[in-house]
Amino acid sequence: MTQALNMTSLTTPTTLKALSKAAVRAGMALFFLLATSLPLRAELLIRITEGVDSALPIAVVPFAESGAIPPGDTLADIVQSDLTMSSEFRTLPAEKMLSLPSQRSEVHFRDWRLLGQRYVLVGQLTRQGDRLEARYELFDVNREERILGESAGAPLGNLRTLAHYVSDRVYEAITGERGAFSTQLAYITRENVGDKVRYRLQVSDIDGKRSRVRLESAEPILSPAWSRDGSRLAYVSFETGKPAIYVHELASGKRTKIADFRGLNSAPAWSPDGKSLLMTLSKDGNADIYRMDLASRDLTKLTDHWAIETEATYSAGGDEIFFTSDRSGGPQIYRQKGKGEPRRMTFGSRYNARPRPDHKGEFVYYVHQRSSGFHIARTNLKSGEETVLTRTESDESPSVSPNGRMLIYATRQGGASVLTVISADGGAAYSLPATEGDVREPAWGPLPR
Amino acid sequence: MKFSVQSKAIAMLFSVGLIAGCSSTGDPMEDADFGSDVSAVDQQGGSTVYSDGTRDGVSSAQLSDEERMAAQQQSQQMALRDVTVFYFDFDTAEISAESRDVLVAHARYLSANPSMNARLEGHADDRGTSEYNLALGERRANAVQRFLIVNGASRGQLETISYGEEKPAVQGMSDSARSQNRRVELIFR
Repeated sequence: MTQALNMTSLTTPTTLKALSKAAVRAGMALFFLLATSLPLRAELLIRITEGVDSALPIAVVPFAESGAIPPGDTLADIVQSDLTMSSEFRTLPAEKMLSLPSQRSEVHFRDWRLLGQRYVLVGQLTRQGDRLEARYELFDVNREERILGESAGAPLGNLRTLAHYVSDRVYEAITGERGAFSTQLAYITRENVGDKVRYRLQVSDIDGKRSRVRLESAEPILSPAWSRDGSRLAYVSFETGKPAIYVHELASGKRTKIADFRGLNSAPAWSPDGKSLLMTLSKDGNADIYRMDLASRDLTKLTDHWAIETEATYSAGGDEIFFTSDRSGGPQIYRQKGKGEPRRMTFGSRYNARPRPDHKGEFVYYVHQRSSGFHIARTNLKSGEETVLTRTESDESPSVSPNGRMLIYATRQGGASVLTVISADGGAAYSLPATEGDVREPAWGPLPR
Repeated sequence: MKFSVQSKAIAMLFSVGLIAGCSSTGDPMEDADFGSDVSAVDQQGGSTVYSDGTRDGVSSAQLSDEERMAAQQQSQQMALRDVTVFYFDFDTAEISAESRDVLVAHARYLSANPSMNARLEGHADDRGTSEYNLALGERRANAVQRFLIVNGASRGQLETISYGEEKPAVQGMSDSARSQNRRVELIFR
């Protein structure tokens, strides 16, 4: 298990150091999961609620398999579901395919054109001992060209890791942007067990699969936040009877309580370098935003106002913070450099809160109230233009994918809280309801390094 | 919720004790002297008071008019103190007019019973963001705490915590459910 994933290019055999580093990390993560043997929990289910017409048609042909491949979802199933979730692709069901090629010589472009496909992905999945090896080729149907040809391998139990990797490669070959399918999702579930409530902090693949419980408590857990290297989560837990902020190292499971002041300890957000956290404390009387240096635990007070200041987050570049303040009479979003004067940036409605910027610094996403309810909106940081992205009425906790193309948020469906994935411009929606209870507070993890 | 039931029981015992105490000593009670009467009971000791008053049920025939009025006021105060949950409008921490009399009764009770402590739990409905709601729940709990202190309770008796929208009293997204979830709960301990 030294390498979870290796990859070679069929066209230009290059070795990617960055990738093998990620592979080692993925392997370690798997080892941890086996070692700690936390029980498997009910997984999220993806339900497609809305499609987009502009999606690119792609045929993901079932891979030819050789050797004893583990049962369950196939590699092509997983790739299809990833690409569909991105809302930028529309996949062709296998039963509509005229042939099932697995290599270039078997691909008849005319057939695929006839089926209205722009791209075709074909490949083979081979078991070699305790490893899986995928060889795959992506074709542009109109140009009759191969635009990707590679092989990648993973330990036998890591078919999903391998499939998400293939999805990332396909996505990048077509869009030019990195795929975000190998990322992870942190979220909180809330389930009634008899007359008790169980809160669980879980981490899963971005499609909700392979979820693992990282913390379980009878008291609320909220606000999970990823460090930008993906190694740690900060969150708020009421496990001692009052809210405190914890930092949780995922590989070792080691937890450190870092803020347990009188009053609120909430809304942790990592600095880009992972050395400090923004947080909301009310130890001096009311909620203000502080920065804590994690090594020294020194606090710097960044806001000082009688109103509520909370939900702070760093800008993409880290030179600015965004936060919620109700100093104007209701919650609105402000931006501030250092300890300078905050500037209000939302005016469109009486309730705008919990800002989350994308990685490029183009947009800030937040919760926005209209007469129709609470929606997710975004503001273009350059033009100041505001767009409402969602139509459901109790939308909360937006979190942007690390490539800026997708957004996950929590909403209500049939009385339960569910997670929904949309394209970042609001195009399509895929919901991930928990099989039991509520699922809330999603936090989209960073790209693997 | 165990706490509130127990504390109500304790409060009732105290009050029964008070009335019985009055009838046995014959001291008239005046509203303004509420605090000192309670301390007088404390000096007498609880157990004596219970054995005096619990069985015979404090027959009103044995009470003078003044005593009856005092007992009536006493029971009014006690009835007020049955209310331990205070409700708020959306995104506000303003104490409603109907909560004020009740909170004054609680403040007097706390002032008269310095050994009693209470916890104020602030809550919000599910609308809006969870972290802002945590701060809003705290603001509500703090508002109630300030009101109690202004009316005689001491800061050391009161502890506040906010659960934001995490612990709704009533499930559901109806206006009625939400209005019952925007609250501060006063819990004696």
